[in-house]
Amino acid sequence: MSIIDSKIPEGPVAEKWTNYKAHQRLVNPKNKLKLDVIVVGTGLAGASAAASLGEMGFNVYNFCIQDSPRRAHSIAAQGGINAAKNYQNDGDSVYRLFYDTVKGGDYRAREANVYRLAEVSNAIIDQCVAQGVPFAREYGGTLANRSFGGAQVSRTFYAKGQTGQQLLLGAYSALSAQVNAGKVKLYCRYEMLDVVIIDGRARGIIAKNLVTGKLERFSANAVVIATGGYGNTYFLSTNAMGCNVTAAMACYRKGAYFANPCYVQIHPTCIPVHGDKQSKLTLMSESLRNDGRIWVPKKLEDAKALQAGTKKGSDIPEEDRDYYLERRYPAFGNLVPRDVASRAAKERCDKGYGVNNTGLAVFLDFSESIERLGIDVILQRYGNLFDMYEEITDVNPGELANTINGMKYYNPMMIFPAIHYTMGGIWVDYELQTTIPGLFAIGECNFSDHGANRLGASALMQGLADGYFVLPYTIQNYLADQAIWPRISTDAPEFVEVEKATEARIQKLMNIKGKRSVDSIHKELGHICWEYIGMGRTAEGLKEGIKRIDALRKEFESNLFIPGSREGLNVELDKAVHLDDFITMGKLIAYDALSRNESCGGHFREEYQTEEGEAKRDDANYFYVGCWKYQGTDEAAPELIKEPLEYEAIKVQTRNYKN
Amino acid sequence: MDKNISFTIKYWKQNGPKDQGHFESRQMKDIPGDTSFLEMLDILNEELVEEGKEPFVFDHDCREGICGMCSLYVNGTPHGKTERGATTCQLYMRKFKDGDTITVEPWRSAGFPVIKDCMVDRTAFDKIMQAGGYVSVRTGAPQDANAILIPKQDADEAMDCASCIGCGACVAACKNGSAMLFVSSKVSQLALLPQGRPEAAKRAKAMVAKMDELGFGNCTNTRACEAVCPKCETITNIARLNREFIKAKLAD
Amino acid sequence: MWLCNSSIGRKVVMSVTGIALILFLTFHGCMNVVALISGEAYNMICEFLGANWYAVVATAGLAALTVIHIIYAFWLTLQNRKARGNNRYAVTSKPEKVEWASQNMLVLGIIVVLGMLLHLFNFWYNMMLPELLYGKFDAMMAAQANGVPAPGDGYAWIRFTFSCPVYVVLYIVWLAALWFHLTHGFWSAIQTIGWSGHIWFNRWKTIGNIYVTILVLMFLAVVLGFAFCGSCSSACC
Repeated sequence: MSIIDSKIPEGPVAEKWTNYKAHQRLVNPKNKLKLDVIVVGTGLAGASAAASLGEMGFNVYNFCIQDSPRRAHSIAAQGGINAAKNYQNDGDSVYRLFYDTVKGGDYRAREANVYRLAEVSNAIIDQCVAQGVPFAREYGGTLANRSFGGAQVSRTFYAKGQTGQQLLLGAYSALSAQVNAGKVKLYCRYEMLDVVIIDGRARGIIAKNLVTGKLERFSANAVVIATGGYGNTYFLSTNAMGCNVTAAMACYRKGAYFANPCYVQIHPTCIPVHGDKQSKLTLMSESLRNDGRIWVPKKLEDAKALQAGTKKGSDIPEEDRDYYLERRYPAFGNLVPRDVASRAAKERCDKGYGVNNTGLAVFLDFSESIERLGIDVILQRYGNLFDMYEEITDVNPGELANTINGMKYYNPMMIFPAIHYTMGGIWVDYELQTTIPGLFAIGECNFSDHGANRLGASALMQGLADGYFVLPYTIQNYLADQAIWPRISTDAPEFVEVEKATEARIQKLMNIKGKRSVDSIHKELGHICWEYIGMGRTAEGLKEGIKRIDALRKEFESNLFIPGSREGLNVELDKAVHLDDFITMGKLIAYDALSRNESCGGHFREEYQTEEGEAKRDDANYFYVGCWKYQGTDEAAPELIKEPLEYEAIKVQTRNYKN
Repeated sequence: MDKNISFTIKYWKQNGPKDQGHFESRQMKDIPGDTSFLEMLDILNEELVEEGKEPFVFDHDCREGICGMCSLYVNGTPHGKTERGATTCQLYMRKFKDGDTITVEPWRSAGFPVIKDCMVDRTAFDKIMQAGGYVSVRTGAPQDANAILIPKQDADEAMDCASCIGCGACVAACKNGSAMLFVSSKVSQLALLPQGRPEAAKRAKAMVAKMDELGFGNCTNTRACEAVCPKCETITNIARLNREFIKAKLAD
Repeated sequence: MWLCNSSIGRKVVMSVTGIALILFLTFHGCMNVVALISGEAYNMICEFLGANWYAVVATAGLAALTVIHIIYAFWLTLQNRKARGNNRYAVTSKPEKVEWASQNMLVLGIIVVLGMLLHLFNFWYNMMLPELLYGKFDAMMAAQANGVPAPGDGYAWIRFTFSCPVYVVLYIVWLAALWFHLTHGFWSAIQTIGWSGHIWFNRWKTIGNIYVTILVLMFLAVVLGFAFCGSCSSACC
């Protein structure tokens, strides 16, 4: 087993980044003009990196699969972005943000990376404000903050419920300025299908023009992928329909390690699946748990009646309701972290207490808080969410539905956990470089900062930290000696070869000519992943999952049907390529989950829990980053390589939310 | 809780910008009311693929009403009719009646040529943004965020203007194919904030010039844009843009 | 020149010429109302505004404004049709907010222009032009010979014109079109020059509606007044 070098700089954790910047190599302005960088993806990380690199003088080629960079799924983030500004004078500091993030990540993140993230967090806010991002303000004109899960301070900056949108539009505007200046060239409706390695270094990509269907070659001195997470492996998730893992898988197949794939975040407050025709899940803001109480019926017959539709939630009186989070976690109650709340909901539904027709939903009830605070206060706080819920489900949670023995019962919301974010990703060192020299991964696409669980409002912070403040520095350390080489022509044999292989892969999919649509197979993959590699995992279940995924791959390779032709725009073909990679990804998650014999953060193994059903971490044996190395084919089991974690600033402890 | 509905869907098929294009129609049976409009189209496509036919192509992505990819003209209204501002992905089938005929068309405007079926090319919007929809500031170390005080009212108004998702419904609804609501929303956001003031005149001129160059029409204040905007942008923004632009030109 | 080669500039031209024309109508309307009160007074005004050099200059200016307004209207419409593209929606539904007038300004404008031509024929052609061409005395003689009112007698011309029901109907149609055209045109002009905001938008709309309604009623009063009691009004004075 080889040990991999994460290139963490020397010195105390608080000085590492300063030291690094002081001693790293830089590229002189003239040489920057000779260097090309490919950035794949235009979300927070991709757009900010492309803009910053262009501004520095590099020639940037920026790719996105949508019609415009502004569509990237970062746009859908609602809550906010964390920063250690301490504007509220509540004792916040870089160290505290660092500590909260590491603790929230269940002590599975790399200390040095997280510290750097906390360190640059303040600069992100300054940068965004300078760009004209309209963050919420106090009457005095200063910035407003709100509090978020997992922290004792108010450090979250926000722009209504559209923080992700505003930050992305900020990065998009910076990117647009660079496009106008001629430093960034945009390629929209292009999808990266493979990376070209020449002499062991990433030297370009093969991308498909999604409109013409043609494969095109792009050469550069470095390739940065910022292509997001792999949540859509589960078919149903809160990710956008287009989110996929194809670019990351291409890097993985070319030798980049994939780290911690089993850490998948499941968000507890999503609108439940309503039927098998659904293609996408909608997230309801976590803030609802501040005033809503989560419950299922105490009696199984009530649950049966709810499932059959003969009873409504408001028909069940107080004494027959089981507020299971308050019962199990008296200290935190309904405000336990995401992973804990999600698992508790699943546990109840598995026992048959689910409250909708599929048996996969729990109630989130505002009756008590409406009675206590009045409907006006509740509507002020959650009115827009109630509207959104009503729009989707036709049920108004603010409407009085029943009165039993003088007690008023309002329509409860129905919620259920759903796949939301993936902490795992392409392995990167301190410089955000993958195991392939010249290939970098930033944003959700890499694994670096969230450990086993991500805190709310940290995803935006990480994306922008990587793109604005980390990669533009660290990539220079790599590019410093690259300007002496002549530009590599896209006619080089390596380009020709990779393009040929990519074409062959597409042709293979086109030629299967079976009977099943991409979506029908993807749905099946989703079911397998949710069932066996989802919220509660067991060794046996994971093995079964792998077996089923293998069978599904056979089905995919023999029975897939793609209508239309290879030429031109073919949405089904593009989806088929994505699915090909999702299947491999699903198996990778299973391998990692199977190898990690502990429960931590977004990874819960049912064998490893306390008597009360809490996650049991095993720091003695699993205090490492699990990196997976591709073994030449998708069928072969990948090799596990461990990057041991070393903590010097933080004492590793057990998370406790009971008292 | 909802009953299922059956209806006829008429959807636009067009193979590229030069193709004539035509409607195809299909009976949809027993679609649950809880299905979103785009999920209904997913079902349609699943049926088409099962029959060996090419699916109906349309743009979509986040399905949460924020990415702005949705661009369907449903029964004569961009994004379809909803009670409050919403995109097509937030339109639910319970809003339709059993036996309805639902017509789905692409955005029709010279500025947005059709790529295929209901997928249109909106790169013109990106080009307008590139012409000046930003504050020129380098990545690095600007002043502390709180060094710029912005009255809450201004920040809130700027936020409302910034909510635009760039979907193009305004252009699609406008009988003049004008992009003024889109352009004015960005100009307004930055004109309302102190960070955006230094470049305000330059920005207004550059963005309007690019908009004109790309062939969008002249605004005649019909208000169709604000009536269909999924993010409820108003023509107050257009008045502000006019003001900024005229001021800038008179100062030249 | 930004008034020609930018979309907002072109709209500013429409707006400014439009506002100027509204001001002219205001003046014209006030003058007309005088006819309802006193024929003599009206004729005095006519005399003052008769075939004089300043009247000619003003007429030329007015004509220029009108022509610019019309040319720009067609120009903008052509551009807008091009921007709209060749394909039309199979199904359309007009949102409630959208006023009918706002989408039919060109059609309304054309009706207004046709009405204006009629009006010019009725009055300017008969009253002002002969004086300009032949001098006051000759024109009067010619009128007498033809059995029509003298060119200087505007009051008589009004009575003469609206004694014919066809003209009354045509003028009512014209005024209706004008009302629609101006209810949109008024606030639209203000909006275009940027004097509008969240609060003032509704204020301008209300002010515009009231102003334009009064304006059109002034014209209508003259038409109806002379149509239905042309003789009695003459008896009054």
